[in-house]
Amino acid sequence: MTEATPTGVWLYAVTREPVPGELTGVAGEGVRVVEGHGLAAVVGDVPLGSFGEEALRRNLEDLDWLSTVARAHDAVIGAVVARGPAVPIRLATVYHDDDRVRAVLDERHAEFAHTLDFVTGRTEWGVKAYLDQQPEPDESAARAPASGRGAGTAYLARRRAAQTSRAEAEDRAREQVIAVHNRLAALAADACTHPPQSRALAGHHGQMVLNAAYLVEESAARGFAAEVARCDDECAAIRLQLTGPWPPYSFASLEES
Amino acid sequence: MSEPVPAHLADRQIALVDLLDRVLAGGVVVTGNITLSIADVDLVHISLRALLSSVSALRPADG
Repeated sequence: MTEATPTGVWLYAVTREPVPGELTGVAGEGVRVVEGHGLAAVVGDVPLGSFGEEALRRNLEDLDWLSTVARAHDAVIGAVVARGPAVPIRLATVYHDDDRVRAVLDERHAEFAHTLDFVTGRTEWGVKAYLDQQPEPDESAARAPASGRGAGTAYLARRRAAQTSRAEAEDRAREQVIAVHNRLAALAADACTHPPQSRALAGHHGQMVLNAAYLVEESAARGFAAEVARCDDECAAIRLQLTGPWPPYSFASLEES
Repeated sequence: MSEPVPAHLADRQIALVDLLDRVLAGGVVVTGNITLSIADVDLVHISLRALLSSVSALRPADG
């Protein structure tokens, strides 16, 4: 028998429900459970050669690695959430052994219980809003009858008109985004915003002006999606995109409680 | 506009950026007694450096 590879314990989620038996984790490992205080920590044994501190710092910079691991982490959490309420754990939380995981359940069981109650029967939805591409704003200015002013002055006037029109469109979009966020938040148990994604990274068209998450009662999901569609129809200055359902990633922070 | 009928959790088609928004910045942060938490690492650097390197790799002739 060869020496076992040193492993750490990767934490995916905390739940009270039975966990599906055949889940595969970020390292291709079989996912298992560590129990304590009526809670089940969903974990997997990962080799420290790839998932130890030093290796993680390096691997997290590798997009292919990060992408694969993020999707595997999400797949486990998604399968657990499909069974019942669960608190997702942030990517790359690795313990030395099961005792440390039990210690976390021991120290923070009240907070986990509180968060589990909060997300029970609720689902996270994402809504992103983009500034809609405006038609070239300086056409009317370009067609304006020539005045006695010189071409340079006319050009500057056109530039100014274009800038004003663009600024007005952005103001209009900003007002609409605030109104949309308020309408959607009113249908949700909780709402929060992420920083807008960079266009270069996300590859979207138009400036992102909202990157929000809403925690919605499962019974209200259809109504929420319909309201997103309605907002999209009514707000000419912005374009909306609905994502989800998500595990309650954006509403599972124990830090401030 | 997206399908107004909510899809099932298991059938999601997920954009990587949307996922990274959530798994890197969302979820419970547990610190102490661990080998590494992403909370200990500069998040913005990780996601941006990794993503930007992929973007620049896609655009060899960047002016």
